[in-house]
Amino acid sequence: MTLLAPTGSGHPPPAPPAARSGRRRLLPYLLLLPGAAWLLVFFGVPLVQLAAASLYDPSGSLSTGYAMTWAVGNYPDVVQAYWPQFLRSFGYAGLALVLALLLGYPLAYAIAQKAGRWKNLLLVCVVAPMFTSFLVRTLAWKTILSDNGALVGLLRDVHLLAPDGRLLATPFAVVLGLTYNFLPFLVLPLYASLERLDPRLLEAATDLYASPVQAFRRVTLPLSMPGLVAGTLLFFIPASGDYINAELLGTPNEYMIGNVIDSAFLVRLDYPQGAALSFLLMAAILAVVFGYLRRAGTEEVL
Amino acid sequence: MARETPAGDLRLADLTKRFGVFTAVDDLSLTIEQGSFFALLGASGCGKTTTLRMIAGLEEPTSGQVLLGDRDIARLRPYKRPVNTVFQSYALFPHLSIFENVAFGLRRRGIRSVDDEVTRMLSLVQLDGYGNRRPAQLSGGQQQRVALARALINRPQVLLLDEPLGALDLKLRRQMQIELKRIQTEVGITFVHVTHDQEEAMTMADTVAVMNAGRIEQLGAPADIYEFPATAFVANFLGQSNLLAGEATGASGGDVAVTAHGTRFSVPAGRSRADHGPVHLGVRPEKLILVGSADQVPAGHQHVTGVVTDASYVGVSTQYLLRTGWGTELSVFAANSGTSARVALGSEAVAYWDPQHAFLLPRDAADTDRTSPVLDEPVGASS
Ligand SMILES: Nc1ncnc2c1ncn2[C@@H]1O[C@H](COP(=O)(O)OP(=O)(O)O)[C@@H](O)[C@H]1O
Ligand SMILES: [Mg+2]
Repeated sequence: MTLLAPTGSGHPPPAPPAARSGRRRLLPYLLLLPGAAWLLVFFGVPLVQLAAASLYDPSGSLSTGYAMTWAVGNYPDVVQAYWPQFLRSFGYAGLALVLALLLGYPLAYAIAQKAGRWKNLLLVCVVAPMFTSFLVRTLAWKTILSDNGALVGLLRDVHLLAPDGRLLATPFAVVLGLTYNFLPFLVLPLYASLERLDPRLLEAATDLYASPVQAFRRVTLPLSMPGLVAGTLLFFIPASGDYINAELLGTPNEYMIGNVIDSAFLVRLDYPQGAALSFLLMAAILAVVFGYLRRAGTEEVL
Repeated sequence: MARETPAGDLRLADLTKRFGVFTAVDDLSLTIEQGSFFALLGASGCGKTTTLRMIAGLEEPTSGQVLLGDRDIARLRPYKRPVNTVFQSYALFPHLSIFENVAFGLRRRGIRSVDDEVTRMLSLVQLDGYGNRRPAQLSGGQQQRVALARALINRPQVLLLDEPLGALDLKLRRQMQIELKRIQTEVGITFVHVTHDQEEAMTMADTVAVMNAGRIEQLGAPADIYEFPATAFVANFLGQSNLLAGEATGASGGDVAVTAHGTRFSVPAGRSRADHGPVHLGVRPEKLILVGSADQVPAGHQHVTGVVTDASYVGVSTQYLLRTGWGTELSVFAANSGTSARVALGSEAVAYWDPQHAFLLPRDAADTDRTSPVLDEPVGASS
């Protein structure tokens, strides 16, 4: 009976459950806190700084200092100067994506549906290159594709390459490097989706008059959409901002927007330009991603 | 049975499937008449699904033929066969609406205007208005009906159903059995229904094939199989039987004489599948009548004596166990019709039967009496 006393004396609902539910309501925010703090310090602040830098007076320099003049003109200036690199970035990344899809989809499908007990080993093989650094792997490709390497020799011997033809320092090498370096980011999410695909659904489709091609189009593909969308984004975004592959496997003729930003910040020390280019790249990628998600159906990813 | 085009019969000829050294389906031959409701009955693991999958084209036979009419379809790709399946797991497409699930087969065959047909089919399975939902939003019974509609809409020559009611609870299962039977009668398509539930097979099918270890043990109308089983397995898989081990000593005057446990019995020759050598003398529990003493046994009937060791009252009947002099416990079902008194536990009693109700099966020399325990469902349901 004593338990009833607080209620009887006109108090609103018993306190303990309310307190507990209050704490429970706070819990998600507490869990968010460390990550949010990290992002604020290492992403939010630099982002604001970068935004500011992109509007500095372009005639300033590191030694003389920059003045904030809200120089919006930086943006049209860099577009005019570097639009070929912009286009090239998305062109190369898009081409690499197509290659990676051609390689990666069958690979992910085979690992997920057909590999049986080899599944885990094959997955490790997909991830294994990541055990060495990105730079080392790209340098290795430089050796493989080099003019006096075995591959070029062979291709020249079978006349797939002219006697003085080369692989290194061509757009081909850069696209190849991008394809290779970012392939796991495409394969892993795709694998995760395809792994969940119930083979009995494919049998049902076949039973219902779907040819293998139709079964793929109507069942496999739509059901692997979440992985496909996630994988293409994880591939495309870093690939279009990459500068290592163009730097090591290409020439200035193959330079992508990443190389320009790299040189603006580290060689030419033109901070306003570098910052404006960075922002444009970010905006362009966001535009591409949102355009893509609208078409592919956000429901599957978000 | 009336047959419009005998050319539409489904025939399995010497169909065999081996997985490595294991033979899942062993030299199976049978004919399924066009338009009939055929049940393939057997315990779990006896090869029913494998048989269906070979008919559907999802499994390639090791040898043998699958003939539809005169055409051997055994090596045709599944999407080229006029056969559809209702899968045990339903296998509905989770990313498509119910409408699109049902329309799937029509669309794959390039049929453009599917609306009327799909609507008609959905109302046949009593799912009007569910077209826009996703499979995950339906109950098990509703999903089962979508699976049925999705297969039926294609008007296949043969519809294969792989334990489609297995996942449903008892009440819904009974309801769906009636519904399936109604639909089959309505559309007139050949149904090949796989089940491990003997009651389901008997209530639904025109013809039942009892399968055991990859082979057909017996095939026929449910009543024929039940009344005169061909093997000891069938006798105890389809309902229960009391099988007494005996020796047949030859036929004379239309009867086969049998000696079992020192007593002489006789069985009409027409109900004997062997007339000499080791045999099982079989009588169904409900064909046995329990009385207090041997002088109550009517003329022309045969009997055994024993002690009542168990009596279970189950409402419609009382199920007794009668321990015979040689130790075997026979099952006796006494209908609860109020015409006979109940027999007390522990008392001596006599079970008698009309020889017309007995049957005689050949027996392996090493085999002894076989009875099935009272109240135990003689169905491979648990495995
Ligand atoms: N793909 C397979 N590989 C090996 N053995 C199999 C395969 N499919 C079925 N079997 C075996 O064949 C036997 C019959 O299986 P199945 O036809 O599914 O039985 P049922 O449907 O009657 O329960 C089982 O013993 C099963 O283990
Ligand atoms: Mg099965």
